[in-house]
Amino acid sequence: MGNIFTQWFGDNLLTYILIPVPILIYVLVFALYAVLGERKVSAWIQNRIGPNRTDRFGLLQTILDTLKLIQKEIIIPNRTDKLFFRMAPYIVFTSVFLGYAVLPFSSVYIGVDMNLGLFYFFAITSLGVIGVLMAGWSSNNKYSLFGGMRTVAQIVSYEIPTALSAIVVVMLAGTLSMQKLAVLQAGGVFNWFIFGGPGSAVKIFLIPIMVVSTVILFMSTLAETNRTPFDLTEADSELVAGVHVDYSGMMFAMFFLAEYAQMFAVSGVVTTLFLGGWQSPFGNLIPFLNTPVFQVFWFLAKGLFLVFVQMWLRWTLPRVRIDQLMTMCWKYLIPITLVNLFLVGLYIILT
Amino acid sequence: MPYTTILFYVLALIIVVSAAMVVFNKNVVHSAFSLFFTLFAISGIYVLLKADFIALTQIMVYVGGILILLIFGVMMTTKVTNVELKTKNLNTIPSLVFSIGIVTILIFVIFSTKWNIRLGLDSEETVTQIGIMLLSKYLLPFEIASIVLLVALIGSAMFARRIKD
Repeated sequence: MGNIFTQWFGDNLLTYILIPVPILIYVLVFALYAVLGERKVSAWIQNRIGPNRTDRFGLLQTILDTLKLIQKEIIIPNRTDKLFFRMAPYIVFTSVFLGYAVLPFSSVYIGVDMNLGLFYFFAITSLGVIGVLMAGWSSNNKYSLFGGMRTVAQIVSYEIPTALSAIVVVMLAGTLSMQKLAVLQAGGVFNWFIFGGPGSAVKIFLIPIMVVSTVILFMSTLAETNRTPFDLTEADSELVAGVHVDYSGMMFAMFFLAEYAQMFAVSGVVTTLFLGGWQSPFGNLIPFLNTPVFQVFWFLAKGLFLVFVQMWLRWTLPRVRIDQLMTMCWKYLIPITLVNLFLVGLYIILT
Repeated sequence: MPYTTILFYVLALIIVVSAAMVVFNKNVVHSAFSLFFTLFAISGIYVLLKADFIALTQIMVYVGGILILLIFGVMMTTKVTNVELKTKNLNTIPSLVFSIGIVTILIFVIFSTKWNIRLGLDSEETVTQIGIMLLSKYLLPFEIASIVLLVALIGSAMFARRIKD
C-alpha cells in the first residue's frame, strides 16, 4: 500500500480507521490558520493591519471565532426543507474530504494508493455539487437557488478544462496513480512535469505546453472552488451570499471549512501533477532533504504556496461576469487544452 | 462474517430503501435527491466486485453528470418557471399486476440461474485492460456509441433553439 501505518499497525481494520486521522487533523488546523492567513494577506494587500487584537499577531483569532460560532444558535427558517437543509453542509465537506484520500503527502503516507487516484479525485469532488444544489434548493430562498444554479453551471463547465489539462500529464506519465506520478518526478526541479517531466533534451519543446497546462489547471481548479475572481456563486453584491444565505452557526462554518479544505485539496493535485509532489526541488544533491519527513514538508510548502497564490488573486482581481466566465471556459480554455493534448500526443508518437 | 459481507448488506439496504423513496416520494425534487443515494451505493457494490474503474465512472457520469442535470431540470420546472409537476398514482391495479409479474419472473430467473462465482479476481491495472480493449476489439461499438451521443446532442440543441421566422 505504500503506507507507513500498515507497517506499524499491521493490515487490519484499526489501521484503516487510523489512516485518515492525521489528514483530518491537518485539514482542521489548516482551515483555522488559512482563514487567519486570508485575512492577513487581504490586509497586507489593501494596506491594512488585519486581525491583531487576540494576541500580538492575531494567532488566536479564528480559534475564538470558531468558539463563537459553536455558541451560536443554529437558526433554521420555517419553510425550508428540514432534512436536506441539515444534510447539505455535511455532503459538501465529506466530498471534499474524500478527495484527500489520494493526495500523496509523502512517499510513505497516502490515504489509498489506488491505480485510479486522479480519476477518483475528480469523480469524488464532483459530488460536492449535489450538496450545493441541496442547500440551494432546500433553503427555499431565491438568492440561494440562483447561487446554487450558478455554482452547478460553473463547476460542471470547468470540470472539462480541469480534466483535459490533467490528462496531458497522465499521457506523459502513463499512470493515474498519484503516488506513481510523484515518484516519476524525482531528480530536481527540471524533472517536474511543469518542465516536461523526466526525459532527454528533446523535452525542451514540451516546456511551453506544460507551463500553459499548469496555468490552466490552476485556473480551472480555482473556478471549481468558487473563489474570486470566479465567486459568482456567492457574489455578495447581487446574491447576498449564494447558497450560504440561510445558514447560521456551525452549519455555515461547515461550508466555510469545505471551501478551505478544497482550496488545499486542489492545490495538492496541482502540486502532485505538475510541481513534483513531495519531491525535493534539489533532487538527490542533498539526500537528507528527500527523507519522508522532509517530503511532507515539501508537499505542504508547495501546496500552501498555491493556496497563497489563490488568496493573492482573490484580493487583487475583480469578479468576472457570468458570460465572461463561460466565454473563458468554452471559447478559450477548452480549445487551448485540446491543442495541448494534440501536441503532447504528437510529441509522444515522435519520441 | 467478513466485513465486506456486512458492507454489501448495508449498501444493498441503502439501494433498496432509496430506490423505493425515488418511486414513492410525492415531491419530485426529493425523488431526484434520493436517486443520488441509490447511484452512489451502486458504485459501492461495483467496488466490492473489484470493478474500480466502473465504480468511478458510475460516480463521474451518473452522479456527477446525469443526476445533476436531472435535479437541475426538476428544480427549474418547479421553482423558477412555476410549472406544477403532477405526482399522482394512475392506473393502480394494472400497473400493480404488471410489476408483480415482472418481479416474479425476475426472482424465478435469479434462483434458477446457475451463477459462476470466481474468486480472487485480479484488480490490478483494470484501466489498462479496458483502454486496450476499447481501442482494439471493441473499437466499432465504442465509436458508434460516441456518434449516437453526438447525434443526440446536436438534436437536442436543435430542439432547444428557437427557430427565427
